[in-house]
Amino acid sequence: MKDEREIVTVTIDGIEMQAPKGELLIRVAQDNGTFVPRFCWHERMKPVGMCRMCLVEVEGVRGMPPACTTTVTDGMVVNTKSETVKKAQDGVLEFLLINHPLDCPVCDRGGECPLQDQTLAFGPGESRYVEEKRHFEKPIPISELVLLDRERCIQCSRCTRFADEIAGDRLIDFGERGGEMQVITYPDDPFTSYFSGNTVQVCPVGALTAKPYRFRARPWDLSAVETSCQTCSVGCRGSLESSSNELVRLLGVDVEPVNHGWLCDKGRFGYEATHAEDRARNPMIRRDGSLVECSWPEALDAAAEGIKRSLDLHGPASIAMVGGSRGTNEDAYLWARLAKGVIGTDNVDAQIGDGLPAEVVLGLPGATIPDLDEAAAIILLGPDLKEELPVLYLRVRRACVDLGVPILDVSAVDHGLSKYASATIRHLPGEQASAAREISAALAPLIDGRSGPIVVVLGRSDVATSAEPTVAAAAIIREIPNTRFLVALRRGNVRGAIDLGLAPGFLPGRVTLDAGAERFVAAWGSAPAEVGLDTAGIFNAASEGRIGALILVGADIVNDFPDRRLVRAGVGGAGFVICINATVTEAAADADVFLPATVWGEKAGTTTNLEGRISRVGRKIAAVGNPMPDFRIASELALRLGTDFDLETVEEIQDEIARVAPAFAEVDAQLLKRARDGVVLPLALHRDELVLEPRRIPVIDFSWEPIKPEGPGEFEVVEFEVVEPVLEADASDEAAAEEESALPVDISNGAGLPDAQLFVWSAQHAAQPTPGRDNYALRLSAGRSLYDNGRTVASTPALRALIPAQTLRVNPSEISRVGVADGESVRVSTARGSLVLSLTGDANVPAGVAVMPFNIGETGVGDLVDVSLVVTDLRLETLR
Amino acid sequence: MAFTPENLLLANEIVARYPKTKSAILPLAHLAQDQDGYLTQDAMREIAGMIGVTPAEVLGTCSFYTMFKRDEVGRLVVSVCTNVTCLVMGGPEVLEHLEQRYASDKEVTIEEVECLAACGNAPAMQVNYEFHESLTPGSATEIIEAYKAGELTARGVSGGVAGGGQG
Repeated sequence: MKDEREIVTVTIDGIEMQAPKGELLIRVAQDNGTFVPRFCWHERMKPVGMCRMCLVEVEGVRGMPPACTTTVTDGMVVNTKSETVKKAQDGVLEFLLINHPLDCPVCDRGGECPLQDQTLAFGPGESRYVEEKRHFEKPIPISELVLLDRERCIQCSRCTRFADEIAGDRLIDFGERGGEMQVITYPDDPFTSYFSGNTVQVCPVGALTAKPYRFRARPWDLSAVETSCQTCSVGCRGSLESSSNELVRLLGVDVEPVNHGWLCDKGRFGYEATHAEDRARNPMIRRDGSLVECSWPEALDAAAEGIKRSLDLHGPASIAMVGGSRGTNEDAYLWARLAKGVIGTDNVDAQIGDGLPAEVVLGLPGATIPDLDEAAAIILLGPDLKEELPVLYLRVRRACVDLGVPILDVSAVDHGLSKYASATIRHLPGEQASAAREISAALAPLIDGRSGPIVVVLGRSDVATSAEPTVAAAAIIREIPNTRFLVALRRGNVRGAIDLGLAPGFLPGRVTLDAGAERFVAAWGSAPAEVGLDTAGIFNAASEGRIGALILVGADIVNDFPDRRLVRAGVGGAGFVICINATVTEAAADADVFLPATVWGEKAGTTTNLEGRISRVGRKIAAVGNPMPDFRIASELALRLGTDFDLETVEEIQDEIARVAPAFAEVDAQLLKRARDGVVLPLALHRDELVLEPRRIPVIDFSWEPIKPEGPGEFEVVEFEVVEPVLEADASDEAAAEEESALPVDISNGAGLPDAQLFVWSAQHAAQPTPGRDNYALRLSAGRSLYDNGRTVASTPALRALIPAQTLRVNPSEISRVGVADGESVRVSTARGSLVLSLTGDANVPAGVAVMPFNIGETGVGDLVDVSLVVTDLRLETLR
Repeated sequence: MAFTPENLLLANEIVARYPKTKSAILPLAHLAQDQDGYLTQDAMREIAGMIGVTPAEVLGTCSFYTMFKRDEVGRLVVSVCTNVTCLVMGGPEVLEHLEQRYASDKEVTIEEVECLAACGNAPAMQVNYEFHESLTPGSATEIIEAYKAGELTARGVSGGVAGGGQG
């Protein structure tokens, strides 16, 4: 956001500094190299002045104001290092330490603790307090994930403020205010926020600890790498840390355009899935009806042989590839090149029947996450962001609550952001198009003279309704002037996979088969001419025996695809099945060849988030056993099919992408390495957002007054620094940036290749009518819940317990209509099948609608949905 | 226990009085305590629902005030001061005597409190926030017995008029 505030001059410790008027003194000091110690102040939260650690002297002001609540004015003269300030800091620290147990040797925070560090740098070194300290039972769990040690707490209120201001889940608060003040939860109402892990990260002492990390490592034993979370498609930046080749934690890193330092708990703790017991460690082939372990050459030969046989007998259209949205961009590109350039098939789809057609994803004018902050209004027409894209929920909530951007909520049922909406359009699942026609009229009073774009968060709100109604709604909304779209797809790198050609009808770099034909024939030797099938089409064809070889890349396809019967028929009907995955999933168990893949944390590369922002993914540990990264598996298969990609490293693949994929022009390995906050595609439209310098906190003076203990011996001067976790990649980046900062970004990429037109969605969409609902049926809305049976959660011990119980939620009036008690089981039948489910009344569910999250329980939504239908209507019968 | 129908009407009226509904936490807590004898967890949950905050926030606010009792108390809450002046004048002896005397009496709850601002006639105590001064263990017992016998009329446990109002 542009800062239009007047610039004033402030003098801090004798040095003149320029700062925008009204900025907080503590921030101005920090940005200019003077660290004022603090505990309660956090850059992303409102100042409260609770800890008193940042007291400074301001000339002409009586007493000592806290730097975190004082704003700068012109001519202000501040002293942060005088004797008086030093005395105040000594006093504050002595008070803070009165009740602090000083159990640093057994405390998880010891070694990276702001209280420890600042006591060393600014504290008195000794306490006069000899009385008994305050005692509490320690530690007590405040949720399944977080434990609270009240003795260590210094009452800075960072955690309670985070829960209230940032997450909007005020499930923790201060209680027993006074001498016994402590953080409390309500009895039987634990801190079940999806964002609870952030309170552990912002806690300036070891009062809050996360169950998965407790006693696992000491900070000085950890090594870290900069990475991007791939749990969902927000792509939060983080620091991934390991000890003894084992991932132990992920910390959020503050990146202005994306996550502001926050992570959701699924992303934060999901690394545990990497070490799951059931990871496949060796390749397997089917022998005498069962999968047996074998060597890589054997497995690769068998896989290539299966592909070749189908190719020779039935041609390239008999081969299909599904998946690939969980890997890196480099993986996706080589899978696309293998399928489209080597095999020659366009039956390729990274989405698993629960997203939107690639035309819509690629062809709508894109918005960025920061656009939310400056939007005239935000239209929500898609999934429950709190459940599916949690950190995007935080950003939308912030835009609304802190920045006053109005929200227009277009939804079938209440969701995490409904309570913040200024206006709501309710529709039956499947009636998105008619709801979209009401948007213009509803929007006008909200905008009310506000400037800025209208940001539309568009996606599939549930998997029981086909993409059709959402596509129709998108065609209508696109006609509203000044709209930009954030397409809310869910899987980690689904956007990157689509951008790199893992979608029917497209080649890498956002070009259609036609537009890119000449270019890719020149680069690859060949490219498919006929538009292929999407995932549902592939499974339909396979179930009819028209797919000779099916390549499944990642994904637990049987549980992830909305229609379980179709996917089972498809996998069963395919002639030859090759499965590339980290574990032997249900579909993998039926495969002819199984190839074990490395996962997030075990391979480097880049990922693309839902904005189209490419950012780096780091490799932190070596995979145990023999899994290979996807891009190598694709290269090996290509080699056996007669094409040598001749690409050995991730950087070489990145350079090839920049050269051949039109939307990736200029985005080569060098730029990806330097771009601090990632690169938003296409670069031509987002060039001014590029930040090529690493984040540097200037330091004027490292030589704080050292502690001088009485008695013999002298301490050395302690060099003290409180910054975000130091990332390995930053260090090398810095060196690289210094070397290269003089060089302009290389724009010679792609020279010699024909031009290709980036795809723009121009088809006039004729909305197909959604079938009506008869009065005896309920329409199913099957969104996702953050914790489901997906692999990340199911393989993470800390999260597994949080999967909610399966129940069908309906309006209480429906329960009485059926004539059962709340919680009683009923038979639920659709055109596809029937199940026995418990029924729960919920007044927030509109009459006529039934709500059940996807992929919860052994059987569920997947057994009720027929993907050939637009909507899923169900009937309820009593079992009595 | 949930608000009775009459108290629910009154509670809604209280909520409507404030421009920010959150301001109604304290008067609603008084109302609930007067109704149930102490502030129950159900009541705090109900209050939270009425004004759109979390139960943790209601508990966080109410736990600051010692006048809100979060455990069951007797009809008579006796607060005995043991701060400096009362300490010198025999407050602790009064407290000890009453604690022993009423240890198994469900009708009477004895608590130790900080200064009641009645140092002039120490030691002092309050019975449901009604002052009684210049006490001895014997006279304190007599006063409590008088309340129990109905010779003295006690206020509500929140200090309001017995059985009603919001304190």
